[in-house]
Amino acid sequence: MALCAVSALALAWLVFTRLTQGTGWLGFLLSVFVVFLVLLYTVTADRLGRLAATDRVMTVLVVTGAVILLVPLVLLNVYIFQKGLKALRLGFFLEDQRGITPVMSSSAGGGAHAVVGTIQQVALALFFSLPLGLGAAIFLNESRSRWRRPVRVFVDAMSGLPSVLAGLFVFAVLILPYASTIKILSFNGLMASLALALIMLPTITRTVEVVLRLVPDGLREAGLALGSTRVRTTWSVVLPTARTGITTAVVLGVARAVGETAPLLFTAFGYDLMNANPTDGAQESLPLFVYRNIRKPDAAAVERGFAGALVLMLIVIGLFALARFIGRDRSKARTRKAARRPARVTEPASEDRA
Amino acid sequence: MTDATPVTPPAGPPPTASPAPVAEAAAAAAPVAEPVASYIPGSAATNGANGAAAARSTVTLTGGPPPGAATLRSVDLCAWFGERLVLEDVNLLMPAGQVTALIGPSGCGKSTFIRMLNRMHELVPSASLAGEVLLDGADIYGAGVRAQEIRMRIGMVFQKPNPFPAMTIRENVLAGLKLARIKCSDKDTLVEQSLSRAGLWREVRDRLDSPGGALSGGQQQRLCIARSLAVHPNVLLMDEPCSALDPTSTARIEETIGELRDDVTIVIVTHNMQQAHRVSDLCAFFLAAENQPGRVVEFGPTEKIFTEPDDPRTLQYVQGRFG
Repeated sequence: MALCAVSALALAWLVFTRLTQGTGWLGFLLSVFVVFLVLLYTVTADRLGRLAATDRVMTVLVVTGAVILLVPLVLLNVYIFQKGLKALRLGFFLEDQRGITPVMSSSAGGGAHAVVGTIQQVALALFFSLPLGLGAAIFLNESRSRWRRPVRVFVDAMSGLPSVLAGLFVFAVLILPYASTIKILSFNGLMASLALALIMLPTITRTVEVVLRLVPDGLREAGLALGSTRVRTTWSVVLPTARTGITTAVVLGVARAVGETAPLLFTAFGYDLMNANPTDGAQESLPLFVYRNIRKPDAAAVERGFAGALVLMLIVIGLFALARFIGRDRSKARTRKAARRPARVTEPASEDRA
Repeated sequence: MTDATPVTPPAGPPPTASPAPVAEAAAAAAPVAEPVASYIPGSAATNGANGAAAARSTVTLTGGPPPGAATLRSVDLCAWFGERLVLEDVNLLMPAGQVTALIGPSGCGKSTFIRMLNRMHELVPSASLAGEVLLDGADIYGAGVRAQEIRMRIGMVFQKPNPFPAMTIRENVLAGLKLARIKCSDKDTLVEQSLSRAGLWREVRDRLDSPGGALSGGQQQRLCIARSLAVHPNVLLMDEPCSALDPTSTARIEETIGELRDDVTIVIVTHNMQQAHRVSDLCAFFLAAENQPGRVVEFGPTEKIFTEPDDPRTLQYVQGRFG
């Protein structure tokens, strides 16, 4: 295989640069790849037969696809790490932007206010959206109502909602008309969490619904056959069975919301100082911190922004790792078939996030 | 045409709906002398039908079914799925404390019938039915009768073992109490008794807190039987309980059925003719001609059905000449 690659390189180089005088590294790479495939196929077909050759070529194609997909992801991560590490000190988690002037270095001051804001807003959003999402998913999967179809369509439509609209909605419906009269309905963390809840709701609903659908009907029947009502069966049999999957759904929902910037623009508004009260006054959060700092003209602020981005990314990665961990850990003790189930649920959902 | 042979139902205990404390549910069961499946602490003879009589720990269930086996009788029972009539005029008498086997080729309505006996049929959205099912004389489809109450009194074991994967073995056995809100005075003893009656106690007594899904297929099925027995039902329906199991597990479950027969009325659907012959006292042969609803061709004592049935089709079927 290595020899194939080398000869492909040589041949392609010969044809591409000598004979046709092509230019550009992309074209060159592409032709090397094609020649490599052809050579690989011919050589393997000659030695092992055509079936083996097809198999090997397909393997190479699939692996190449995976690698190409990974490249931008890895590059992005490396880039943010490089940029962000410069300004990331322990102080980042302890200080806010009090007394920071454009001439100070990027390691002065920090994003503690943003971290606090993010935690509060996302926690509140989860508090609002989890019961609703769980309820909607149970309604969709366990009830026999005629309204299931419209609700499902609605949830699907909501999951395609541009996140800026969630922010605009809260802004237009709550903040704009009432801000001057009711204090709690002005720019603050609570309003931001409402907007985030709108974003999380469809994610949680759909993921939980998928998980509930994976619970075998036999278990529901078994529960009912023991003299249980539908509600009790759902509560005591279906939900515990889907427990790991539901946890995964929650983590995915949080991961979805934690990185959203747009819904916060008109709700939390952003603030440079620590504000630990989500019901009173503008509040910072990590995505807002990144957004606001990177737009500033001074280099130090931009670096601080990247540090914020790095922290945000680490949080999201941590959350996904947590989702995986939960999905795997619990099921270890169970039979293998049961163990596969939560793991499978994690994958499609995390892909659509990526 | 069918229920000529069996005797009139032995007067079972009246179907009291009020939550009466149920002690000695098993012993109160039947006219038969020998109480089955008791647990004798410290004794090895826990699983045998003969390891009986003594030292039974008393477990009191509150809010559960009334004690003893019950007689089940279907009267002119018909079933539809959508517009299609799948079962017509089934009249069967399943006497208390006996094992009734339902045999017949696939698609003849046996499973539909057995699901109608504890109101599982109505869970299928398009399903409907006509006729009556009398549990100790009271129609289970009567006005004001709650399906949950009926399903608590008439337990069911399914074709595929379905222990609750999120629960331990112990929790699985107790699941019925939790789900049907039955109170129990001594859960440990109940777990032990139920598992012993299902013939599983000795295999799992050291790992009651491991998950139910970790057992083998045959053990899972017996766990499901134990789960059904824990609420002390009056009737136990079994829908091909052995079809997914190997011969050893099957033999074990048949043994279990033999041990249970005095405590609880058993109705079993099976495709295995030898099994029907081995375990049952009464046997009903279902048959559906092409595009016709299923009917009971013949119903009578198992011995008669298998040796000298009245209907030639029954003879052909039990001899394995068709179906």
